[in-house]
Amino acid sequence: MANAPETRILQPSRMTSNDGDIHESEQRWRKRVAKLTVAPAKTSSGIELDPLYFEDGPHGELGMPGDYPFTRGVQPTMYRGRLWTMRQYSGFGTASETNQRYRWLLEQGQTGISVALDLPTQLGMDSDDPMAIDDVGRVGVAIDTLADMEELFAGIPLDRVSASFTINSTASILLAMYLAVAERQGVAAEKIAGTIQNDILKEYVSRGTWIFPPAPALRLIVDTIEHCVTHAPRFNAISIAGAHFRDAGATAVQELAFTLADAITYVQACVDRGLDIDQFGRLLSFYFYTHNDLFEEVAKYRAGRRLWARIMKERFGANDRNSQMFRFGVVCGGSTLTAQQPFNNVVRVAYQLLASVLGGVQSVFTAAWDEPFAIPTEQSAELALRTQQVLAYETNVPSVADPLGGSYFIEALTDKVESEVGAIIDHIETTGGMVAAIEKGMIQREIAQEAYRNQLRIENGEQIVVGVNRFARAEPEREHLELYRPDPQIGERQRQKLAEVRSRRDEARVKQTLAQVGEAARGTVNMMSSISDAVKAYASIGEICAVLREHFGTYQEPVAL
Amino acid sequence: MNERRIRVLIAKPGLDGHDRGAKVVAYALRDAGMEVIYTGLRQNVEHIAEVALQEDVDAIGLSILSGAHLSLTRRLKEALGERANEIAILVGGTIAHQEIPAMLEAGASAVFPTGTALAEVVGGVRAAVEKRKDDR
Repeated sequence: MANAPETRILQPSRMTSNDGDIHESEQRWRKRVAKLTVAPAKTSSGIELDPLYFEDGPHGELGMPGDYPFTRGVQPTMYRGRLWTMRQYSGFGTASETNQRYRWLLEQGQTGISVALDLPTQLGMDSDDPMAIDDVGRVGVAIDTLADMEELFAGIPLDRVSASFTINSTASILLAMYLAVAERQGVAAEKIAGTIQNDILKEYVSRGTWIFPPAPALRLIVDTIEHCVTHAPRFNAISIAGAHFRDAGATAVQELAFTLADAITYVQACVDRGLDIDQFGRLLSFYFYTHNDLFEEVAKYRAGRRLWARIMKERFGANDRNSQMFRFGVVCGGSTLTAQQPFNNVVRVAYQLLASVLGGVQSVFTAAWDEPFAIPTEQSAELALRTQQVLAYETNVPSVADPLGGSYFIEALTDKVESEVGAIIDHIETTGGMVAAIEKGMIQREIAQEAYRNQLRIENGEQIVVGVNRFARAEPEREHLELYRPDPQIGERQRQKLAEVRSRRDEARVKQTLAQVGEAARGTVNMMSSISDAVKAYASIGEICAVLREHFGTYQEPVAL
Repeated sequence: MNERRIRVLIAKPGLDGHDRGAKVVAYALRDAGMEVIYTGLRQNVEHIAEVALQEDVDAIGLSILSGAHLSLTRRLKEALGERANEIAILVGGTIAHQEIPAMLEAGASAVFPTGTALAEVVGGVRAAVEKRKDDR
């Protein structure tokens, strides 16, 4: 039996309009609805919603698109100038298999590459590491040495296609490999575009691919940012991600707040190193999940732009508009997708995409409907990409910048999200900052408890999920789905390849460059040059990380429920 | 009457670090009156077996999203050795329904694929533990 919704009586209030006619009709409406009972409504973050919004400004500063504080967007004409980048997260098996998938996706009209790496690569283990046996090539492509990276981008011109890497602990190594491949393709480093996620703080909280403790991990991040400032100024050296907080259970408000708190930590670390805010500020970008609450998501992105612009300008003194811009990518799907009636996921992702575009996104990954079960098949990946192309080319949605700007509701909600996010950031900072909050397990616990509350709301019917707790099928679902099946030989093939590379390379040079990595780790110099040398000598990720582990130690996770 | 509470070890084997499901299930089992121990991330199966034996748990709940559930289950069963029949292994995560028979054969007492309701997980743990006791 469904719970009867609670009801409340609306009271006439907020008489702020100064236009006589509007005022009168508003009063009439308020009197009418005061007699009615309506179900209460909240956003997914718990913000209470009125059934109608009025002109009741003043609202937060908007500015023009492309102008401070960028509430209406980071580009003056938004998608009229250029559409968002369609960047499907993809990677599996060995580099050559993934290379084929990339070429196919580009033929299908994808406009950027998003590299999914397997867990051993993300954790600094080689494919022949005993701990890695079950995970080689599973959730992404296996990269052991530069030879794999060369194969991954074979025939893909890096001066025209940008690649984004979901890589964190080992981001410096992957960056060095990518730049080395570009060099071999004859593309100048200053022309290379792309992104490394390189955001370790959220890994400690919710994604788990940490290796080193916070201090050396932050050092490596600042090293990569410094390296890009001087060598690859078009490369986004960090993509500060809230997405993983969100998918772990955080609300939209928490997601934005924790992400900005992380971003403040990184910017401060760069400033402490002596980097110029207006040189590195432009290399920062953001990454979020768009979930189902459409208007709250739009408000989240608008509030994010305004908050970040203020933080960079007022707190860190950034003057260049490029350093004040909150540029972001999103992923649509994740924990909002259901195993029950899985084709419903196509619709969820399409709405999430719409919210992202109305919110002014720069790049989008639309997850495939089969994400609750496996990595996508070619068919499901194609449909996910077509979802973006239909919105981009058939709906006319991209033609006008910030189309919801000026909506009474959206402006009120943007203000509300902004103030709630600001309050959480203030709280984190007064209790010692993000690193301390993570080391105490505070952020982890808040997110896990929110996830549990959310699950209980679904199970008691308070939150409706179509096909799960409403409109579910009477019979248990056992339909046959065409799903991706991993090739059981992947691990073996990759290990053979690694053995071949090891037999071909100049061992003396490997030893010498690894020793230099160790020396750099002991000192305070930028690590990137020694890591690049080791990479070019075909030292493996596992070998380089073994040296780093020896000097940096490993992180001890605060296990807290 | 004065029976001891069911003790469950929730574990994340392998390299995957997504532990939302593991934590949500841990809270639910705890709210259902069980004692719950959580290992944290990236545990190898030998260590999980060791903790399970040390802590004298009735059940181990594995949370696996990486696709490696079959071999991890098999190896945990092996690692438990002669005590394998006393401890129920329950597995949750990204597992297709078609794979359930193979998982049961590999040593799982029950499998909870994505989308399983918490009540079903709680009931499943209880049933698996009861069955072990009856069998002994």
